Amino acid sequence: MLKNITLGQYYPVDSVIHRLDPRVKILLTMAMIVAVFLVRSLVGYALLLAFVYLVSRLAKVPFRLIIKGIKPLRFILILTFLLNLFLSAQGNILFQWRFITITDQGLRQSIHYSLRLVFLVLGTSLMTLTTSPIQLADGMELLLSPLKVIRFPAHELAMMMSIALRFIPTLLEETDKIMKAQMARGADFESGNLLRRAKAMIPLLVPLFVSAFRRASELAMAMEARCYHGGEGRTRLRVLKLTRPDLWASLAVAGLIALIVLEGIVLPKGWLL
Amino acid sequence: MSIELRNVTHVYAEGSAFRSVALEDISLTIEDGEFLALVGHTGCGKSTLVQHLNGLLKPSSGQVLVDGQDLHGEHVNRRLLRMKVGLVFQYPEYQLFEETVAKDIAFGPKNMGLGADEIDRRVRSAMAQMHLDYQKYAERSPFELSGGQMRRVAIAGILAMEPQTLVLDEPTAGLDPHGRDRILGILRELHEKGTTIVMVSHSMDDVARLATRVAVMSHGKLIATGTPREVFSRQDMMENAGLRIPEAARLCQSLRQRGVPLPDGLFTLEELRTHLSALWREAHPC
Repeated sequence: MLKNITLGQYYPVDSVIHRLDPRVKILLTMAMIVAVFLVRSLVGYALLLAFVYLVSRLAKVPFRLIIKGIKPLRFILILTFLLNLFLSAQGNILFQWRFITITDQGLRQSIHYSLRLVFLVLGTSLMTLTTSPIQLADGMELLLSPLKVIRFPAHELAMMMSIALRFIPTLLEETDKIMKAQMARGADFESGNLLRRAKAMIPLLVPLFVSAFRRASELAMAMEARCYHGGEGRTRLRVLKLTRPDLWASLAVAGLIALIVLEGIVLPKGWLL
Repeated sequence: MSIELRNVTHVYAEGSAFRSVALEDISLTIEDGEFLALVGHTGCGKSTLVQHLNGLLKPSSGQVLVDGQDLHGEHVNRRLLRMKVGLVFQYPEYQLFEETVAKDIAFGPKNMGLGADEIDRRVRSAMAQMHLDYQKYAERSPFELSGGQMRRVAIAGILAMEPQTLVLDEPTAGLDPHGRDRILGILRELHEKGTTIVMVSHSMDDVARLATRVAVMSHGKLIATGTPREVFSRQDMMENAGLRIPEAARLCQSLRQRGVPLPDGLFTLEELRTHLSALWREAHPC
């Protein structure tokens, strides 16, 4: 029933991209997001697409899996496109019918905005597909740790994140089990109106909360039994070290950004959008 | 009411990287009035098998017939059939959710759409069967009871639906010896009153004492069925399946190896005691 849910969307294979330092991957993804906003023409988007494709090949992640990440966004995309198309009044009028006006600038804007959204999603899924949630939490912790100076709880935040992630599959399994146990007692989770269905969730939610609290207190006890006392002076099993490929990856992204900036300067304004 | 599994195969996460075959071509008939023990190593597919008996899981291939009716046929009311086969999960106390014991036990009968009087009668009778004093426990919160008491409340919740077949997945796991004996005693009583019982167990001693038939599973396959006597006499097969024969049988074996004249095929402590005291009396007449 709930068996087919994969956690996040991590695609577990071994590749150069997977082995990159998570800190570098987070920073490069952020850089790429900035690059998306620098694009001035379709040539720039073509460059980005080529880059995403190249990285997906290097990461051994099927390209269509990355494209599939856009699917949940399709309504927002369509909405963005239409809103920009119809609500922009500046520029030369291309088409007019009663109160509907489409201008060339409006068209340009709507194409830009929707493509930006698409590439934001592509860029971030590239990261989440190739970085396990635990690695992501690790990377975030290290990137945020300079903020400890102003008492920002970087370690605690990362620990909470990894614990939460760790417990998602456990709680899903638990939900499945309790659901089945109540169904064995004739519970019906599927039919009835909204109110009846909400009421039918009580036999599921109460045991689930009870068990979540029990697990939380057991985990806290187990952590204390192993002398956990926060991030102070804590060393790590997997020490993150920058390696050669991290350098190459950074250079590649830097090159990409340079190309995109160049494209904005060199190509005459209005050429291909 | 008989339950028949016909060439049941169950595959988890078909078509993904996590695909695993939990059951492979299992054919087994649960006869009316028997006490069937299902044994096997951890992860051999017992719990998966048990969830097929009341249609919570659908076989990937094969059929489950309840009274000759295909459980996953087109015009079958699965909820109705589910109530005829009461399934007690592992650690059933984790499914308790109501404010009071009586309300929790009433959950099943309520879902069956019974009247208030009938529900009340069933709650009282289920509590009596599980040795829970109505006066003392009915109005208490299930969350303030001990583990063993909670377990009995949970089983009472299934019994209140008055199923013809009771299926229990390791009903004694995690209980102290007293709580265990209590549950097993209750199961024996229920069986004597005519309820068909299927019990998953890791304790061969319990199986030897209670079961009328044993089914042995290993790696998703059914590798042997028979009376406890038949199954436990095949020690090699049991050990290959990652199981042991009952303690009493092993004691009996080593006594025989040391020359104590005991007959073959003693599997319970009670039997062993009878024979040993008979031998003692022979050797020390007076």
